Parts: sequence; structure tokens; C-alpha cells
Amino acid sequence: MGAQEAASAVLVARNLVKVYGSGELEIRALDGVDLTLYESELIVLVGASGSGKSTLLNILGGLDAPTSGEVLFRGQPLDLRNDRTITEYRRRHVGFVFQFYNLIASLTAEENVALVTEIADAPIAPREALAMVGLGDRLQAFPAELSGGEQQRVAIARAIAKQPQLLLCDEPTGALDSKTGVLVLSALERVNRELGTTTALITHNRATAGMADRVCRFSDGRIIETTVNTHRTPAEQLEW
Amino acid sequence: MVAVHPLTMKVLRDIARLKGQATAIALIVASGVGVLVMSLAAMQAITSTAEAYYDRYQFAHVFAEAKRIPRAVARDIARLEAVRTVEARMVRYATVDISGFEEPVMAVLVSLPENAAAEVNRLVLRRGRIPDPHRADEVIVVEPFADAHDLHLGDRFSALLNGRKRDLQIVGVALSPEFVYTIGPGALMPDDARYGVIWMGEAVLAAAYDLDGAFNSVAITVWPGADMPSLLARLDALLEPYGGVGAYARNDQISNWFVMNEIAQLRSIASIMPPIFLIVAAFLTNILLARLVFIERSEIGLLKAFGYSHATMAWHYTKFVLIIAAGGVLVGWVLGYLLGRWMTGIYATLFNFPLLVYAPDIDVYSLSAAFSIVAALIGAVAAAYHAASLPPADAMRPPSPPRFRQNPGGLQARALARLDQPTRIIFRQLLRRPLRTLLTSLGVSAAVAVLVASLQWRDAISWMVTDFFDNQQRQDISVSLVESAPLAVARALERLPGVLATEAYRSVSTRIRFESRHRREALIGIPANGQLEVLRDAHGRNVPLPEHGLLMSGAMAKILGVQVGDVVRVEVLEGRQPTLTVPVAATFETLIGTPVYMHIDALNEALEEPRTTNHLRARIDERHASALFARLKSLPTISGVMLKRAAVDLFNKTIGETMYVVIAFYSGFAVLLAYGVIYNNMRISLSERGRELATLRVLGFSSGEVAYMLFGEAAVLTLIGLPVGCLGGWLLAEFMATGFETELFRLPVRIAPSTYGLAIVLVLFSALTSAALVARRLVRLNLISVLKTRE
Repeated sequence: MGAQEAASAVLVARNLVKVYGSGELEIRALDGVDLTLYESELIVLVGASGSGKSTLLNILGGLDAPTSGEVLFRGQPLDLRNDRTITEYRRRHVGFVFQFYNLIASLTAEENVALVTEIADAPIAPREALAMVGLGDRLQAFPAELSGGEQQRVAIARAIAKQPQLLLCDEPTGALDSKTGVLVLSALERVNRELGTTTALITHNRATAGMADRVCRFSDGRIIETTVNTHRTPAEQLEW
Repeated sequence: MVAVHPLTMKVLRDIARLKGQATAIALIVASGVGVLVMSLAAMQAITSTAEAYYDRYQFAHVFAEAKRIPRAVARDIARLEAVRTVEARMVRYATVDISGFEEPVMAVLVSLPENAAAEVNRLVLRRGRIPDPHRADEVIVVEPFADAHDLHLGDRFSALLNGRKRDLQIVGVALSPEFVYTIGPGALMPDDARYGVIWMGEAVLAAAYDLDGAFNSVAITVWPGADMPSLLARLDALLEPYGGVGAYARNDQISNWFVMNEIAQLRSIASIMPPIFLIVAAFLTNILLARLVFIERSEIGLLKAFGYSHATMAWHYTKFVLIIAAGGVLVGWVLGYLLGRWMTGIYATLFNFPLLVYAPDIDVYSLSAAFSIVAALIGAVAAAYHAASLPPADAMRPPSPPRFRQNPGGLQARALARLDQPTRIIFRQLLRRPLRTLLTSLGVSAAVAVLVASLQWRDAISWMVTDFFDNQQRQDISVSLVESAPLAVARALERLPGVLATEAYRSVSTRIRFESRHRREALIGIPANGQLEVLRDAHGRNVPLPEHGLLMSGAMAKILGVQVGDVVRVEVLEGRQPTLTVPVAATFETLIGTPVYMHIDALNEALEEPRTTNHLRARIDERHASALFARLKSLPTISGVMLKRAAVDLFNKTIGETMYVVIAFYSGFAVLLAYGVIYNNMRISLSERGRELATLRVLGFSSGEVAYMLFGEAAVLTLIGLPVGCLGGWLLAEFMATGFETELFRLPVRIAPSTYGLAIVLVLFSALTSAALVARRLVRLNLISVLKTRE
């Protein structure tokens, strides 16, 4: 790792191992993963179900702790077992987007975003965040009044409104049709470009890999292949 | 082959999984059933014991007293229609001196027929024998009196019979259906050490009280179906010439009145308390089951797709409720049986029954079970119907997000706009299901109300004790005279050792008549500006004594239908038996009895008698009490002495033994109720919103902030419930006071602020306990699994 690379590394994972269960039932979900996420890059993680990509994302986002190995955020080791530290880490630096949108049903689109901006240090305005994902006209809608794609874009707006350093997306288009999926990916791409948010995206969809700077392929808890795209395909041009 | 149907296994596992909530509901059902079984069982024990006792020992149906009735009249009475047996007897009061017991003791002396066993009010001879007719000094004493003084067969004591001291020997110890509740005249409760019943030979009493060839009391049993009012009227007419003071039926006999009153109070408890618990249990069952059906809708859809019928699905969820309710009923039965036995034990010491059968019959159990099961089924019906009617395809689709709506410029939106998002979440949750919010708050209110209504008994009692003993009765002792005596007696009493001040009163037996209504009552002449008895109304205000006319209790005015200014006829039932016409000068509300007062001078004047008294109140110097009591015991003119200090001690002791334990039980039940309501609300919320809360955790909210959103809802519901519950508690207390109200006794509702405070603290304590239990689940909330699964 060069000096310049190290300086622009947002997150470094070293030799991460995650073991579930014990004895005969032991499952090694991660089996010695090293990964560095750089400033402003968009990385796509692909692989079969159970290959370990979600486990990695959860650990990087502070939702789970590894069995061994360490995670450095901006050069500082993260104590992933300390609830207080980890809450603070998620609160200030990490944005999540899941396959299921997990919006708060009792809050409008704008309020769902405001939920995050109220506790963030330097947020962008909820309206602005929603405008960025193309929902500037649906501010007062409750989740029940939005389509699946719209709900997912609110989730993205909510994730990025605090201007996180890291945006972690676990199959954000998994529950959507392709047309809606493209809209969602475009929104992610725009955020990555305009705000420079380092973005890691899990997908089952090979086509999505085209929009990444780097693509990591997972198998049996390891990264078996890393591809660097010299040219990023714009999300609108993706087809599947 | 599978032994247990898979659906039955599912019910059992569902209950095991929801054990916290199921237990909370079962405990509330158990509380309701427990109170119901307890009160019904105790009621049944007293009722059947009294009935059996009265029947077997021929407790009289009708009583009458007169000054002196010639023996021959007994035959006239026996010839009256419906009369079965007549017992002509002598009943007099006397003071008794028990060696080793300093204070004067009062006793009622009842004659025993000389040559035959009594046919009415037969004695239950516990020890010893019937007095020998030829031995003038042999007596039987009532058992609790003997126990209180540790008196044994062969022991001796002395009594003042009509002014003459007689030495008496105990040959028997007995109980009588006539004296189940041995309360002395003017006393608030039985005092076995200071009031007793003594049975002795007819001849001895006749000789002592100049009643040879006569009697002064009659006890009658009647044939079934007797026309009581007409019999009482004829008896009155028959005894009128002999100074009859009015016949009365068993209902008005003092001992039986207290027994029946206790039964009525138990009935009142049985009808007020359990419904509150069962209604709340029904509501909680409804919420829990609705949630279960919602969570399991895809399973329901699947089972229906397999071909299970609507009825099977409805029955499946109904079983869930029935098992919880059945658990509650079983615990309630055991609890109720034990509490009922304990309560019956208290009655056994309060009432002198020769035996007390505690064997609640099957009806008590089946009735309480039926009520609880019906309540639970009512709670289950909506959710079970919903489960039955879910179309399979719909059921298997994931639910869309719950609908929230608001008018952007509306009042709600503007009000909520001032709040931060977490607080907004709390309020939108509450507003989305207004009925559930309302009912949950009412559930908390019910707990507060039951607490306030139970705890306020302490206030009522302490207020009554303070008002009655400190503010109203300011004497240390009160002395009743055998016969009216000139006022100079008061000054004679003042010269006795240790007496600081005295006041003279006059009590006259009367029948007060207004239009067609009449009522026997002692008319009490009291001095103006009396310092030793201060008249106060039910609200604790001093009541001025009018110079002329009657000062009548509101209860008596209501019985007679009189208003201030009406003129009533006062038929004096003693002495010359004149009939006076007196206006009602004022009325006032009282808590105890139906008293009627008059200025003592005005009374004596109306009676055309010189200034006389038959009742004295005195303040004494405690240091000389022994000497004073010794003198009082030897004075022949005195028929009874009452000590205030003894009455206060006894009152506090009796109340402490019974009332406080009962209050503690009800408070415990109410705390359970609060816990059940709040715990269930939190658990349902956690289940409904686990996903939301996990999302918030992922968004970077701390456990504390997430807990705020979960518990905030319960906190708001509790905070709404508290004031409503306080108000409800007050209303419930008023309602119960009305339920317990009798002609003789009214309970004041005097809720101290600290009682509301204690009720609130106890409910908050339940809320915090619930929160602590649910918080453990919140901490364990698995963020990843919650967020990555479809709801």
C-alpha cells in the first residue's frame, strides 16, 4: 500500500474472520478477508448467497463484530465490541441502504430523512437530499403512499443526508424491477459523484458491476478476485 | 401416528413463546377470579353457617321489649296469627366487676326458663351445665367474654343487679344465635373484655328487678310465610299498655344486622372488583391475539391453502385464549380459596359462631370460571374472526407499511411540527390507533382507580377515627345511669377521684312519627355548647344545636320524609309515655346511625320533668383512673361505663388486623393490573416496531434513544392514565361507599392527596418494572436479522 493510497483509505479491513456456531456446526462466514475502501470510490461486491459479502458489509458498518481481525477507520482501529463507540461510528460516518427499505411508517419522506439530520453533525437539508434522489415533490408522502422504488430512494436520501464517509448498500435493488432498479442505482451513482461518498454495494446482478470502480468477487468467505474497471458505465445505461 | 395434532402443538408453543404476556393476562384473570371466589366463598360460609345456626338453635324471628309485661300476656302473644313459639324472658343491663380487671365491665343479663330448656334462642353449651334453678348465684357466660378474661368453670365474679352487689359463679360457657356479634350499646365494635352476656335463672332476675310474675322481653319464632308487618303491628298493640318500645323483626336485631351487613358488603365487593379485572383481561387478550394473527397471517394463509377450514382457524386462536384464561382461572381458584379461608377466619373471630363451615360449593368455582372464560372469549372474538376470514392469497402477501395520514396544514401536523422526529414517532403511533390508545390508557386508569379506591379506606378510617374520637367525643369516659336522676348527679360524679369535668345528657326511648312513617330512636338531650360531645356533620363541620325543636340526622329525615319546619310526633316510650309534638329545627348529615338530638333543657321541659339526666360524660385524670374505676364499679346507680381510650385501641387493633391486610391484597391486585397492561403494551409495541427500532439503531441512534421511542409511547399512555385513574378512583370510592351504605353506617370518601400520590407511585413502579423487563429484549434486538428479513 503506497503512502498516497494509505492517506486516501477511508476504511481498512485486515484479516477479518467471522465464525458462526462451533464444532460440527461451525460456519466460517469470513475466512481472512483484507479489503481497503478508498476515498470517493464505488466498490461492488458480488458472489453467491452465503459467500460472506453481507457479513463483511455488516462488520464494516458496525452492525456486527468479527471473530478476529481488525477494522481501521481513517487509520484508527475501531472497537467493534463497544456499543457506545460503534453507535457513534454509525451515527457520524456510516449510511446504510438495505433490500427492504425499513422506512419509519409513521414519518413522512421528509421526516424520515430529518430523523437522521437531527442527530448529524453537518447534514444536508432533507429536501435537498430527497431532491438528489429525484423525490423533491414527494416530501409529505408517508411510506404507505410511495412505490417500492420511491421508498428505496427515500432510504438512500436518509442514508446520505448526514453526508457519511461510507455508504453501505446491501442489495438495494433486490426487491425492485429493472426500470425502478436503474432509478435507484442512478441515485446512488449521483450521490457518489456529487458528494464523493465512498460507496460499497452488494449485488446479485452482474450488470451492476459495470458502474463500479472496483469489483470484488466473494466465494466461501474469501475475496477470490478483484477487478478494476477502467471505465465506469453510467447507471442509466445498465441493463438486465 | 402423531399423538398431538400439530395445530395443538402450535398453540402450546405460541403460549410458551409469549409466556411473559400470557402470564400477565393470566394473572389479571387470576386476580379477578381470586376476588370473586374469595368474596363469594366467604359470603357463602357466613350465610350457610348463619342459616344452619339460626335454624338449629331456633333464633327468634321477632323481638319486643317492654317495661313490665304480666306473664298472662305471653299466652295472648302465642295466640297471635303465625306465631309458633314464644319465649317470655327478662333482659337487663348491669355492671360487672371481674377481679384483676380494673375497668368497669358491662353485661347484658338474660333470663333462662326455670324448668324447661329455652325453645327460642337456644344456647350452645360449650362447657359446663345449665344453672341449677335452686342456686341463685349460678350463671352461664358467653364464650368470648370468658376467653377474654380467662374465666373458667367455677370462677366467681360480682355484678351489680339493680344496685345490689351479687356474687356469681360460672357453671357454664355458651354461645347463642342471638349474640353472634356481641356489640354493646353505643359501641362501634364488639369488645369482648368490656361487654359480655350472662344467662341466669329467671327467679333470680325477677327478684332482683321486681319482675315477679312478669317479663320485659319477648322472642318469637313464626311459621313460614308469616305476614311480618301485620304481626309486628299486633304485637305493638298488645304490648303498648305495658311500656312496649316497639317490636322488631330479625332484620333489625343488632347482632343479625351486622352479620347480614357483612354479607351485603361481600356481595358488593364481588360485584364491583372482579368485573374491572375481567374487562381489562378481555381487552389485553384482544390486543395480544390480534397481534399474533397479524404476525402469523402467512401461516394462516398457508394452512388455508392446505385446506383447513375457517372454523378450524378461528378455533385454533380461540384455544390460545382459552388456555391462558384457564391458567388464570386455576391460579385464581387457589388464590381465592386461600384468601376466602383467611377472610372467613377473620369472620370466625369477629362473629361467635359455634362452628364455621368453609366449603365453597362448586357454583362459586364454576361461576368465576364462566365469567372469566366469557370475558376472554369476548376479547378473542374479533381476532379469531379476522384469522378465519383472511383470504389465503392475501394472507401470504407481505403487508404494506401501516397507513399514516395527516392533513399537511392541519392542527395535528402543526402541533407535531414542533416536536423532534423521535417524539413525532411516538405521537403518530398513538394517534394511528386511537381506540387502542384509549383502551390502554383506560387499563392503566383502572389500575390507578382500584388502587385509589382501596388505599382510600385508610383515609376514610383515619378521618372517621379522628373526627369521631378526637373532635366529636371529647370525653374520656361516659357513664350510663340505671334510672334518670337529677342533674345534681353530674356534680356528684365530678367529686369522684380523678374526674376533671362532667356534662349531663338525657337519652329517651321514643318512636318518632311523621304522617304514616315512624321509627324507633333514642332522642338525645344534650347541653348547649357542650364541650365533651361536639356535634359534627359528615363533612367535619360543627353543627349548632337549636334551642328548641329537633336536630335530626339527614338519614332519619329521609326515613321519615320530613323537612326542616315539619312537626313530628314524638311518642316517648318510657316513664309517663307522653306524646310530644316537636318541630324539626335543623337537619345534618351523619356517618353513623340515625340520631336525633334536642337541647336537654328543652327535652326535660317537654317531658314536664325536673332537670334530669341518665347519661354523663366526663374527662378524667388518667393518674387517678384506677381509683375512679373502683368507685364506679361499686355505684349502684350506674348501668354502664365506656372508656374512650379502650374503644380507640380496639378500633385500631381490629382495623389493623383486617382492613389493612385487605387493602394490601387489593393494592397488590391493582399493581398486577397496571403491570399487565403496561407490560403487554410494551411487548406488543416491541413486536410491531422491532424493525423500526432496529432501523433507528442502524441509523446511529443509541439504545437509550431507541428506548425513548419505545417506552415513550407507554409513558404517554401511563401519564394519560394517571389523572384519569385518580378521577376514576374517586368515583369508584364514591360508588363503593354508596354500595356499602346502610341505614346505620355511611362511609366518608376522604381521599388524602398522599393516597393519590401512593397510587401513582405504585403504578409508575409497575411501569418501570415492565420497562426493565422489556429493555432486556430491546438490548438483545438482533439488528441484522430484523432488517434483512421481510416482516
